[in-house]
Amino acid sequence: MSATNATSTPLDVQQFRGSRLELLDLTLAYGPIDVVKNVDFTVAPGTTTCVIGPSGSGKSTLLRGLNRLHEPKSGDVLLETESTLTVKPDELRRRIGLVFQHFNLFPDHTALENVALSLRHVKKMSSAQAKELAHRRLAEVGLAERSDHRPRDLSGGQQQRVAIARALAMEPEVMLFDEVTSALDPELVKGVLNLMADLGKRGMTMVVVTHEMNFARRVADQVVFMDEGRVVEAGPPAELFDNPQSPRLQRFLSEVL
Amino acid sequence: MDWFDTISRTFLDFDAMLQVLPQLLGTGLKNTLIISFAATVIGVIVGMIVAVMGVSTSKWLRVPARIYTDIFRGLPAILTILLIGQGFARISQEIFGPSPYPLGILAVSLISSAYIGEIFRSGIQSVDRGQLEACRALGMSYGKAMRLVVIPQGIRRVLPALVNQFISNVKDSSLVYFLGLLVSERELFRVGQDAAVLSGNLSPLVAAGICYLIITVPLTHLVNYFDNRFRTGRRKPTPPRSGLDEVDELDPTIIHPQEATR
Repeated sequence: MSATNATSTPLDVQQFRGSRLELLDLTLAYGPIDVVKNVDFTVAPGTTTCVIGPSGSGKSTLLRGLNRLHEPKSGDVLLETESTLTVKPDELRRRIGLVFQHFNLFPDHTALENVALSLRHVKKMSSAQAKELAHRRLAEVGLAERSDHRPRDLSGGQQQRVAIARALAMEPEVMLFDEVTSALDPELVKGVLNLMADLGKRGMTMVVVTHEMNFARRVADQVVFMDEGRVVEAGPPAELFDNPQSPRLQRFLSEVL
Repeated sequence: MDWFDTISRTFLDFDAMLQVLPQLLGTGLKNTLIISFAATVIGVIVGMIVAVMGVSTSKWLRVPARIYTDIFRGLPAILTILLIGQGFARISQEIFGPSPYPLGILAVSLISSAYIGEIFRSGIQSVDRGQLEACRALGMSYGKAMRLVVIPQGIRRVLPALVNQFISNVKDSSLVYFLGLLVSERELFRVGQDAAVLSGNLSPLVAAGICYLIITVPLTHLVNYFDNRFRTGRRKPTPPRSGLDEVDELDPTIIHPQEATR
């Protein structure tokens, strides 16, 4: 993947107003075992933070802590200046979108219905309004022609873009991406990554857990390297990739690059 | 060919069959279908409640659902039918009058609801956890996610099993005769049995059996057909298409013309 193929912003597409996200001493546990330990970092509004690290380092759990799909054990996450722990989880998740590794589209709904479902039942739009907006969101991810296809009739890359459109339709202030290209065929990865880069350019605040080091280097404003539940190193991508300080990160990069 | 005569007189006395046929179709078949349909409908409603309780995160809902299922699935049907049909006869008399018919339906309903509850529960639990997670991530409540996404998917998968349960109810409905039905309330088996006493051979029961098979066999095959359809799914036939074509979909110059003309 080269660094020159970022998609330019399509005409007439809305700009986002991403919010600031701040993690304060965040700890997440499965039962007695802490899997994310005392994590601190800040994601400035409209910037992209890539979280990298070996499997089992707690990256995915960390993401789920940010929208409280996994309740934090201690610490806090601020959305702008508001503690997410004081916001109702359902309300919080409308403001912080999450896209999954395995898409998790609703298999018996068409692409359009996948996007429209939460607009109707969470945002309480009329059916016509929801469909109209869903159609526009699908068009933004290049799937206007496929809005009446069911997930099984779409490729992995297309499914993932539907999933992104579905999350975007809720007009979140922050988007979380959980290894969204890991389940894709290699030639389909780029389309999804370009789409994400485009969202970043349009002002979305994003936290991206990824194994795509080129993407992290090219798109991220900040890269966070996690291992065994802790942040080992964090900083601008150039710094982390070109001049890794910790032996762990050096070893990780030597394994993946 | 002595034994052949004996057998044909016992089982294939067509005169006796023809004689009982109007009653079988007019009274027996009607009541068998009423009991089985009613029991299935009530069973589906109660079963859905039991299933939703059964997958709940709260122990206070899960444990009662478990106990209910264990009891009604674990007892022989005839025992449940007798206990309910005779045990609640007095209460039923005040509400429904002297006929044990409603209690018979209730008993078969309770039995089938335990099975249907398990069918629904397994269906709901077979739905990938990611579906619920996706709903929650979009800001849906647990109830809404279950109602809009998870339960419909679970039900669709178990439709064949539900039809099987209906077939089961058709057969179990015969046990209601133990409660002593009025003449007009007799179901297939009872009609056949009464006629068998008069004809002195088993042919009326064979006719009743044929009536059961006419209901159950086509349904069994229908289930198999749908089971296949549900499992393999219906796909739009599409010609093979290169994944490389997809790269163009996100080209900003091609992206959705209507957006650009807006």
